[in-house]
Amino acid sequence: MSKGFDARLICYYLALVIIGWITIYSTCYIPDGSTPIFDFGQPYSKQMIWIGTSILLAIVILLIDSGIIQHYPYFFYLFCLFLMVLVIFIGAEINGAKSWIKIGSFSIQPTEFMKVATALALAKFMQEGKTANQRRYVWLAQFGLVFIPVIVALLQHDAGSALVFFSFIILFYREGLSAEFLVIGIIAGIIAFITLKFNETYSIAIITAVFIAFMIANRTQKKKYRRNVIVYLASIAFVFSVNFLYEHGLEPHQKQRIDTIMGKTSDPLGADFNLNQSKIAIGSGGMFGKGYLKGTQTKLNFVPEQSTDFIFCAIGEEWGFFGTLVVFGLFGALIFRILKLSEKQRNPFVRYYGYGIAGILAFHFFINIGMTTGILPIIGIPLPFISYGGSSLWSFTIMLFCFIKLNDN
Amino acid sequence: MAQDNSKRYYIIVATLGILLAAYTVHLFRLQVLNTSYKTKADENAIREITIHPARGFIYDRNDSLLVYNDAAYDLMVVPKELRPFDTAELCRVLDLDIEDVRKKIEKAKKYSGSVPSLFKQQISKEDYGYLQEKMSEFPGFFVQSRTLRSYPQPIAAHILGYVSEVDEQDVENDSYYRMGDYIGKSGIEKAYEPILRGVKGKRKVLVDVHNREMGSYNNGEDDIVAVPGTSIWSTLDMQLQRYGEELMSGKRGAIVAIEPKTGEILCLVSSPNYDPNLLVGTARPKNYGKLVTDPEKPLFNRALQAAYPPGSTFKLANGLIALQDHIITPSTVYSCSGGGYHLGNHVVHCHNCGGLNIYSAIQRSCNTFFCRAYYNILSNRVKYKNIDEAYTAWLDYMSSMGFLQVFDTDLPYELKGRIPTAEYFDKKYNNSWNGNTVVSMGIGQGEAAVTPLQMANMLAVIANKGYYIRPHVVRAIGNRDSLNTQFNNKIYSKIEPRHFETVLQGMKQVVTAGTGRGAAIPGIEVAGKTGTAQNPHGRDHSVFALIAPANDPQIVVFCLVENGGFGATVACPIASLMAEYYLNRKVERTDLEQRMKEMKIK
Repeated sequence: MSKGFDARLICYYLALVIIGWITIYSTCYIPDGSTPIFDFGQPYSKQMIWIGTSILLAIVILLIDSGIIQHYPYFFYLFCLFLMVLVIFIGAEINGAKSWIKIGSFSIQPTEFMKVATALALAKFMQEGKTANQRRYVWLAQFGLVFIPVIVALLQHDAGSALVFFSFIILFYREGLSAEFLVIGIIAGIIAFITLKFNETYSIAIITAVFIAFMIANRTQKKKYRRNVIVYLASIAFVFSVNFLYEHGLEPHQKQRIDTIMGKTSDPLGADFNLNQSKIAIGSGGMFGKGYLKGTQTKLNFVPEQSTDFIFCAIGEEWGFFGTLVVFGLFGALIFRILKLSEKQRNPFVRYYGYGIAGILAFHFFINIGMTTGILPIIGIPLPFISYGGSSLWSFTIMLFCFIKLNDN
Repeated sequence: MAQDNSKRYYIIVATLGILLAAYTVHLFRLQVLNTSYKTKADENAIREITIHPARGFIYDRNDSLLVYNDAAYDLMVVPKELRPFDTAELCRVLDLDIEDVRKKIEKAKKYSGSVPSLFKQQISKEDYGYLQEKMSEFPGFFVQSRTLRSYPQPIAAHILGYVSEVDEQDVENDSYYRMGDYIGKSGIEKAYEPILRGVKGKRKVLVDVHNREMGSYNNGEDDIVAVPGTSIWSTLDMQLQRYGEELMSGKRGAIVAIEPKTGEILCLVSSPNYDPNLLVGTARPKNYGKLVTDPEKPLFNRALQAAYPPGSTFKLANGLIALQDHIITPSTVYSCSGGGYHLGNHVVHCHNCGGLNIYSAIQRSCNTFFCRAYYNILSNRVKYKNIDEAYTAWLDYMSSMGFLQVFDTDLPYELKGRIPTAEYFDKKYNNSWNGNTVVSMGIGQGEAAVTPLQMANMLAVIANKGYYIRPHVVRAIGNRDSLNTQFNNKIYSKIEPRHFETVLQGMKQVVTAGTGRGAAIPGIEVAGKTGTAQNPHGRDHSVFALIAPANDPQIVVFCLVENGGFGATVACPIASLMAEYYLNRKVERTDLEQRMKEMKIK
């Protein structure tokens, strides 16, 4: 009873991949030298291979029996986890993160595939867990599935990827996670922000004020005393742990990035050079950009990592706000389409999976754009489908086409 | 799962939608509303390189080169691009020690990491060639060429002027200049700065994050080609100038020679002088300091900036005024006896010349005659009501011949000279003075002080029989035949032409049978006038005024030698040799020439 694969999703995918390749070519383009389309030392030619193989992968996924996808997620999950752990010992270090396996001249990042694997495994687990009655245990196991890769990614010093796994909160929320968790999360975020922006004294003062207010409000209900005290003490502990993590858990450059976003330090020629140049690149694009292949910030190497994590700079600079709208529009359409199709699904597995990957894509998108435009600290994660890189393109392709395939059943 | 969770779809979609909208607004502000990033991107990537045009050359009136440009090479450093290099080798080539190199690099780093700083100014051509070959071994260094003024002859420093780096004031006054540019600071270099400097060019290039040039910006469409400076032909006669400087060597004083028909200055010597090559390039600050503190004041341009008592040469002007005011006629005879001019208790000594008319009075430089003539001018109550009016009328005559003013042409700073006003004497003598009080000005002594240039100009008035053209030093601009006509108007004196014949006749007699016989040039009729300017500080100044040939004047020469004594002894032969050299292009009186060149006067 195939309704046919969702053509819109395939169109969005192809549009993003093509925009990606065109932009990668631009970032490698040398103004007065020759830039041949086929030069396999160059990222844009390699990306052509990745795109080709990705399309092959996509076709294979669309052709196989969808049962395979639904039956083997745990195996896939464990396999990826094994590779991630392996990487800690034998992996190659790129940009400070030991998260790559080098095979010849190609490098593979297992963490990228772990995102798909986790989405699939969670979907399967949740589908099964629905029949189990020990709800508390079920939630715990679900969180466990997410936290294991987070810890391994942190061991790889790949904080960016670790952060992405938090995107499953969207899935959990949709599937009944109490809103209180989100409220607590948001309050925790605000406390962390105040602690980092100012200092712990402010946070403690505010928390204490709120605590006293609650104590006064609840003065007739002695039962709530204990709760208030516990919450209060937990909040204080949280403040100190944020501070401790910031002081001891972060690398100096990560602290620097946080300080910059918090407006505590400004060093546009030194530590903030990359962020500053990235903003200049995007900001100088204006309404319609400088024209394809005419971006000076990217052509003259002012922007770092411009074919991978900072690829949006080249788009912003050469295509301007118009380019921004196209990319935003495509991502918005893609994510909302996945959510809409997921919601329509009768098969909960597909819905779980759809919410899982929609969350991952949205996280990638907002964090990546946020860091290149100076809203968020620099966290090195790629812009899906557009950034250069085989692992990320393959994993996002698998991710999306598994959904397209599943959705069709 | 509970059914009602499906409503959370809308919350999720709404949240993501709001986030996306917020991002869109943020990007709109960043890209469209905030235009500062565009500027920053341009500042990053576009480097404007100024192309300095070569300065125009300066030639003399006969196409001899006076000033040209020499290439110089500056070693520049870009600290950001520095990599470890063979410091010992660089030290050896540039003759620096390691400490110097480190200090210079530190200084450059402080200035800017990516903008080139001067590392060593004006390295030699040999070092340049050597370094250019080995540049790849010294990453971060490059050689920039620029031009320096050079003077094939060590002459005419005062009139050519000099070029130096602009100061803050120059930059403030004219937006054309940027720090590091060169500007003419004096003389012709200053007066013709806009013509000589040309127009700077601009080249926009793209530079990458490592400050490497990555090709031209916008296909070079915004580039501006530099326009080389325009060359100038001076009125100076290079050979005459050099000859004059040789004659004046070892003496203090000035020679000004003018072609009377055109007002063109043929030579302008101020002695002692200096070699203009001293004020070029790296040696300039040191040499300039030396010249400033030199007690002989070589930087001081005596021809334009020193006011001397004119001495007896002033009698020519007073004779003209007396004739014009009908105080005397060519046949008026005053008698000189009893040792000079006596009136009241005022005595001006003379030599008992006997009775003489104006011709012989000029010939013999009779003090008595000119004192009486001057007294009579100022005592002319038929024409002038009182002494103030008479004196002011006399000043008018004087200024009509070019005194008491600057010519304001293309010459460096000129002095107006000093001849007091009637008010000055009113005040000094409490309104009780008359022609007798100031009579010594009649013979060029007393309060009057004028510049050698003004005296030479007065000679031009006599040679032209009534008018002068303001003296100037640039003859043509752009090419030899494109004459500089801006100073060409004739300025007439208030003296009728016929009176000049009379004075000129007297001046001829000076040379044939009077005080200036030493000025005679074989084969050329010369008119002249000796002068001995009283000097309260020491020995009198020797002065001579000369016009030659007398019947068709080609050159007027005014020569003053400080402490030279009688006009006839030093200034007279020098002026005469100058005229001979100019008119004949050679000098037959080689013994005299030799003697004058070797004469030293302290």
